[in-house]
Amino acid sequence: MSLMLEVKNLYKNYGSVEILKDINVAIEQGDFLVLVGPSGCGKSTLLNCIAGLEQITAGDVVIGGQNMTDVSPKDRDIAMVFQSYALYPTMSVAKNITFGMKVRGVDADTQQKKLNEVAKQLQMEPLLNRKPGQLSGGQRQRVAMGRALVRDPKLFLFDEPLSNLDAKLRVEMRTEIKRLHLDLGATMVYVTHDQIEAMTLATKIVVLKDGIIQQIGSPAEIYNNPKNLFVADFMGSPAMNLIPATAVSKPTGTEIKISRANGDPLVLMDKTKLDLPENVIVGLRPEDIAEAGYRAGKGVQTATCMVDIVEPAGADTYVMTHLGGNEVTARLHAETQAKPGQPLDFAFDLGKVSYFDPETGSRLN
Amino acid sequence: MTKWFEKQIPKIVLAPSFIAILLFVYGFIVWTGWVSLTRSRLLPKYDIVGFIQYDRLFDSPRWDTAMSNLFIFGVLFIVISMLLGLLIAILLDQKIRVEGVLRTIYLYPMALSLIVTGTAWKWILNPGLGIQSVMNDWGFENFKFDWLINPDYAIYTVVIAGVWQASGFVMALFLAGLRSVDDEVIKAARVDGIPTTRIYTAIILPSMAPIFLSAFIVLAHLAIKSFDLVIALTGGGPGYATDLPATYMYALAFSRGDIGQAASSAMVMMMVVFAIVVPYLYSELRAKND
Amino acid sequence: MTDFSINPTGRKQGRFGQIALRWSLYLILCLFALYYLMPLFVMLTTSLKSLEEIRTGSLLSLPRNITFEAWSTAWSKACTGIQCEGLRPYFWNSILLSIPAVAISTLIGALNGYVIAQWKFKGSNLIFSLMLFGCFIPFQVVLLPMARVLGILDLAGTIPGLIFVHVVYGIGFTTLFFRNYYVTIPQELVKAAKVDGAGFVRIFWSIFLPLSLPIVVVTVIWQFTQIWNDFLFGVSFSQAGTQPVTVALNNIVNSTTGVKEYNVDMAAAIIAAMPTLLVYVVAGKYFIRGLTAGSVKG
Repeated sequence: MSLMLEVKNLYKNYGSVEILKDINVAIEQGDFLVLVGPSGCGKSTLLNCIAGLEQITAGDVVIGGQNMTDVSPKDRDIAMVFQSYALYPTMSVAKNITFGMKVRGVDADTQQKKLNEVAKQLQMEPLLNRKPGQLSGGQRQRVAMGRALVRDPKLFLFDEPLSNLDAKLRVEMRTEIKRLHLDLGATMVYVTHDQIEAMTLATKIVVLKDGIIQQIGSPAEIYNNPKNLFVADFMGSPAMNLIPATAVSKPTGTEIKISRANGDPLVLMDKTKLDLPENVIVGLRPEDIAEAGYRAGKGVQTATCMVDIVEPAGADTYVMTHLGGNEVTARLHAETQAKPGQPLDFAFDLGKVSYFDPETGSRLN
Repeated sequence: MTKWFEKQIPKIVLAPSFIAILLFVYGFIVWTGWVSLTRSRLLPKYDIVGFIQYDRLFDSPRWDTAMSNLFIFGVLFIVISMLLGLLIAILLDQKIRVEGVLRTIYLYPMALSLIVTGTAWKWILNPGLGIQSVMNDWGFENFKFDWLINPDYAIYTVVIAGVWQASGFVMALFLAGLRSVDDEVIKAARVDGIPTTRIYTAIILPSMAPIFLSAFIVLAHLAIKSFDLVIALTGGGPGYATDLPATYMYALAFSRGDIGQAASSAMVMMMVVFAIVVPYLYSELRAKND
Repeated sequence: MTDFSINPTGRKQGRFGQIALRWSLYLILCLFALYYLMPLFVMLTTSLKSLEEIRTGSLLSLPRNITFEAWSTAWSKACTGIQCEGLRPYFWNSILLSIPAVAISTLIGALNGYVIAQWKFKGSNLIFSLMLFGCFIPFQVVLLPMARVLGILDLAGTIPGLIFVHVVYGIGFTTLFFRNYYVTIPQELVKAAKVDGAGFVRIFWSIFLPLSLPIVVVTVIWQFTQIWNDFLFGVSFSQAGTQPVTVALNNIVNSTTGVKEYNVDMAAAIIAAMPTLLVYVVAGKYFIRGLTAGSVKG
């Protein structure tokens, strides 16, 4: 497989402010790369740099093996879908889709043929003569996709394309984009602040914060082995429980001691061989804390904790308890009998645990 | 080459206007400032001699009259226009059925040339056949209204005409402001049982502070630039009684051929405008850039 | 005293009070309307009276015998000094002057606004600020040097000279109008068009211009009103044959020769006011929008 997009040592400054610092990413033909991070992390700027809409301060952008660093957007063989869809308000849907071809001097017959293909693919034939103002949010989204598809580019760029849709439509369109990716086998770069979109769509995720890449990896890698506290906290919903604890090496493994409000600490025994400092942060996803008896495995440890709040969510029930001064969420089965203010036996799956250094935030195991 | 051109187009497009503004606004200000420091009379001279033109200006009783007129006119014009505009705006804001028609009537003077306004009021206020004679006919035989030809009062006729022209516009500004107040806040106040007058004084009017400011700026600006109205209504007379800095400057520049005096008076006018406008613009631009 | 906890008249009185309040509100508003309409009414009635009737009758009375004599005198015979050709030639001057001046300043404003709102570059905001400040200067400060520059350019006392002046000092406002309008259009539109391969001119022509009708109307009306009603530039930079209508009107009214013909003055004033009044009546909505938009900054 050939590399479709390479970003090498990319820097972007606005005046003296560094927006992006030493960005290195490479993806192959057919990859779905998601850039994710909180607002202001530079993800959209990075996308604009890839598109050539922003000039980069240093580094290279290589698309399909060609160095495109100084090439203008129109010559990069890319298509882009924007958050606000950026449909040309005075043009009909058909004109919106063919405008790019018209500008590039594609002949009318080809324009028509391509338009028909795309309209069929996205099932929007009845909309072709309407103006953007007469379309619903979902339909506009579709037109924006059509405008990108008709280009048949090397690289599709998406800038938070679903964030203006309501929750239900967003899920539908998410699936549609995924299907499109599979059908076309196209290479896509997708910006979002929504970590669920990132997890569901990506073949590769880049987590950004303050213009610095925090971690690059497959969704599973990012989810299961977050490289630092930021990634651990950012990816996953409800977020990973991050509990301050002390670690003591014992012959049988490592003893993890978590303080509790009633003075009686929670002690867990991690039997794997670790070399941890005294103070650590224990990272456990809510689904890795279950009701005792519902989870078995090598690393499972059981302990009794006081239930604080019970939140039934249909398929699951979330139960909160206090550990190490933090509120800790456990994801229990729906039929749990947990009651607020009463003790409950929890199963902690230390087979899935992450340890972080409280000083540097980086992963220890 | 084409790529360079493509990149530079925005600059190329803006360049002529930029140069024009630089030259014809800022360059001209410098020119006028320079000439105001020379002994220029009928023709400009360029050797700077200091502030003698300003000394002459401030010694001139005519300029003195012009400045005090500007003060009287400015204060009255601004205060009355604002009060009248605000009053009408509040009255119009009471869900009036024919609001559109009334608004059109209140605002049309703003579409007129000040020369037209001046001409009309000159006729209405003339003591022989105008308002005075109407009142006399109506039985108020001792009613006397000769402000237009009375040197002590003539400046107030300028205020009357100016207010007539501009107050409808202030009304439109305030009305837009009243309408932009968050409806939910007013509803909340109603639910709390706060009386209507209190809602206006405690909630609506304070939230319109920026509108008061821009109305003030516009009116102050109009007052200082006032030229047409005085020319058409009183011609600056009787004598110099209604001279404003703008008419003074014009008279010295084009009738008396005293360029140095004209330049120095123009500079003083500009300083007065800037003293009012610059802090406002500065805060506006800063608020926008934040 | 009635006990109005039992007797409902207490509430009835309240409702009666409401109605009375409502009526007085309308009454006050109508009185204001009369105040604003009165000068127009006086102008109109006076212009339709004979001089004889004006002298003997009342300012506020309706004309007994309607005559259009004053109108035709104002239009084609009234004296503006030595010449006695009425307002007609000057009215024509104003048209010749305002049409190109409005068109040029609007076009320049549209392009400037497009650049400043959508194609920012280092310094473009500074240029915009300089233009904004330019809107505020009292024009007295540019009269003297402009008179000289027009002389040097051989444009002194000509209509092209006046057009030039109006365009130069109109740019600030037209740019402001278009900039404020274009700034509300998402920048993503330009980005999308760039990816589609369109350039500066194409994007302006195919995407922004078709969107601009409302702001073009606002700007054209604003500029037209400003230029038509201008007096200062007209009186400073024109000569006998090239004066705009406002200057001619002032000359008719203030010409000291002969009998004071108030009816002719009023007819002339209405004629001079007609185009802008017409615009106001036809497109008042846009006029007000321009006024408020311009006023917030100018």
